[in-house]
Amino acid sequence: MLETIAYSIFNGVLYGTLLFMMSSGLTLIFGMMGVLNFAHASFYMLGAYFAYTFGLGTGFWVALFLAPIAVGAMGALVERYGLRRVHQYGHVPELLFTFGLAYVIEELVALFWGTVPVAYKAPAALNTTAFTMFGLDYSWFKVFILLVAVAMFVGLWALIKKTRAGLIIQGALSRPDMVGALGHNVPMVFTLVFAFGCALAGLGGVVGGIHFVTDPGMAFMMGPIVFVVVVLGGLGSVPGALVASLIIGILQTFFLSVNFSLADSIGTLGIENSGFFGVLWHMEATRIAPVLPFLLLVLTLIFRPRGLFGKREA
Amino acid sequence: MATNTAAGSTNLLKLWPWVVVPLVAIVLPFLFDSGHAINLLSHMGVAIIFALSYNMLLGNTGLLSFGHAVYYGLGAYVAMHLLRSINDAGGEGLPIELLPLVGAGAGLFFGIIFGTFSVRRAGVVFAMITLGLGALVHSSSLMFTDFFGGEAGLFGYRDEAPSLFGVDYAPSRNVYFLVVAWAMIAAILIYLLKKTPLGWMANAVRDNPERAQFVGYDPTIVRFIQFALSAMFAGLAGGLFVITDEIVNDEAVNALTSGAVLLGTYIGGIGYFIGPIVGGTLVTFLESSLSAYTEAWVLYFGLMFIAIVMFAPMGLVGIVHTQYLNWKAGGWKGNTGARLYILLTGLVGIFGLVCVIELAYHYFRSWDPSAPFALMGVTVDATNALPWLVSFGIAIIGFGLMLFHGNPMLKRKLGAKSDGGKA
Repeated sequence: MLETIAYSIFNGVLYGTLLFMMSSGLTLIFGMMGVLNFAHASFYMLGAYFAYTFGLGTGFWVALFLAPIAVGAMGALVERYGLRRVHQYGHVPELLFTFGLAYVIEELVALFWGTVPVAYKAPAALNTTAFTMFGLDYSWFKVFILLVAVAMFVGLWALIKKTRAGLIIQGALSRPDMVGALGHNVPMVFTLVFAFGCALAGLGGVVGGIHFVTDPGMAFMMGPIVFVVVVLGGLGSVPGALVASLIIGILQTFFLSVNFSLADSIGTLGIENSGFFGVLWHMEATRIAPVLPFLLLVLTLIFRPRGLFGKREA
Repeated sequence: MATNTAAGSTNLLKLWPWVVVPLVAIVLPFLFDSGHAINLLSHMGVAIIFALSYNMLLGNTGLLSFGHAVYYGLGAYVAMHLLRSINDAGGEGLPIELLPLVGAGAGLFFGIIFGTFSVRRAGVVFAMITLGLGALVHSSSLMFTDFFGGEAGLFGYRDEAPSLFGVDYAPSRNVYFLVVAWAMIAAILIYLLKKTPLGWMANAVRDNPERAQFVGYDPTIVRFIQFALSAMFAGLAGGLFVITDEIVNDEAVNALTSGAVLLGTYIGGIGYFIGPIVGGTLVTFLESSLSAYTEAWVLYFGLMFIAIVMFAPMGLVGIVHTQYLNWKAGGWKGNTGARLYILLTGLVGIFGLVCVIELAYHYFRSWDPSAPFALMGVTVDATNALPWLVSFGIAIIGFGLMLFHGNPMLKRKLGAKSDGGKA
């Protein structure tokens, strides 16, 4: 039992930090601009593919920096020539625009890199074993994931709370006219914030593409879960995204690693394995795991639409 | 009195689409009588009902749903279970013509259940709840294999069920006529619902919920009723789908189905009653016909959607309608040439873009990129620079002329006109 708990906490934290890398940019963009970017997971996917392609030429360590920059540049173009134009129609068309963008990016990725997964692997230096726990080897790459996530969180927090740039960004959200009158280019600030958020997703992709698999379906896979994280943590809250990522990561890993069903632990109580409640009573925890995040999403939106740490409702 | 009759007769005259469209729908299967074409027509009918039900939410009530397939799919599953029990009973039970009503009942049931907590807020919260519910139901479909039939899905036989009028539904043309009948009933009901006080209040809640509340209507209740009714019509479409395809699998409740109905409705035009009809027809047509010609159809579809969201938020019907009104008001006088020029250069640009995309798909996707392939009737080699240059050239010249020659020309002419004292 201890083994199971330790295993699911460690792997859950690992999965959670990956979720945080994917979702921090999304929550940042929403918090600063009020735009819910449906294509965020697509930028995550682009990060993985760019890192793979650049890595073929320059090696992993250079690609680690180049890929997020390239994704950020694409984000800037999308904001400048797409979102800004749609912004005048309101928030729903913005959401629809990014929704369409997700389709187009997925098709383009499938066009250029093919529909089968590409061989995107960690560099050999990170593939060596860092430590062993309960007979399972953990590579340096997993340690690296944790380090990147911690650096990302601290960097983001410091950027928003401690720097002049963060002050201007926060000001541009609540008093755009005043910030503009003080001589700052407010639309440019928004473009930069969007690009930065996309670059964060790209960085998540550079790491996540290795940990999971790099194929055109990865955005579609992760997209809804990233939304769960952001809503559960509270839209716009970076610490909230971190906590929510860890909760979902640990919860889902725990359900996947235990062999448990209500019927096993409490007893069948004469309940047959048929009908809605009967099937649910006999359902193994591993089969419930994929549903959990969405159940959390719906429950959060019903009972606490501002999420754990959000300041305002979604 | 006289004015009343005049108004009455013009109103009656305005009803001509309700006569012409069904007549065309009845003639169509005799013009295109291949099995494939008739199946396609049946699917269009189902898609039209589904899109109309979706627009009750998006267009009429301002609710953006990412999970409308839930009601379509659950309606289809419940109808399928009933059809199977009829099959098992040796063809005794509910007549097949009434099967969509079972789907509608299931849609209404789940619409009421899920609606109670989804509609308290509009906007992004509603969109996220529907996204979550859609994912929840789709994941459950792989958990509860008894009800959802697992990955293989469930199938039943439409011709092993009693018919109300003694019609044999083995030939797909007879099924098509059933689809047309149900589509007409659904369209008329949805149209009439739009004209009831409920329909008007839905518009009020969409445009200004605070004010609607001030007048004495609870926006939550209005949204709830619209949501439940919309789910009912989605379930009806699902029930019809069971008859046309005789199989239901988890695709019916998945996110792609929800996405397709959103894309189609929006492309058609959410502000018009016929918008979803055009959109549903177009999506079904593109999905089945275009996909036979080109692998790139999803890309075209996405690009078209983005273009509509960016440049014509009122959809395809909206483009035609605004131009028509403008023309009727004399807004085209003296600048018809400029307008046609913009249209022509735009089409040239799109043609070039299509060539580029087709070349790219051939170059990246086929086993042998240098194999000759037919591009717009010309056999080309995608590894040569020439076809690429020509295609890019056409696209750039077309869009360039449209943006930097046609648009300024139209603006100048309109400007000259407004200087002359007429807006």
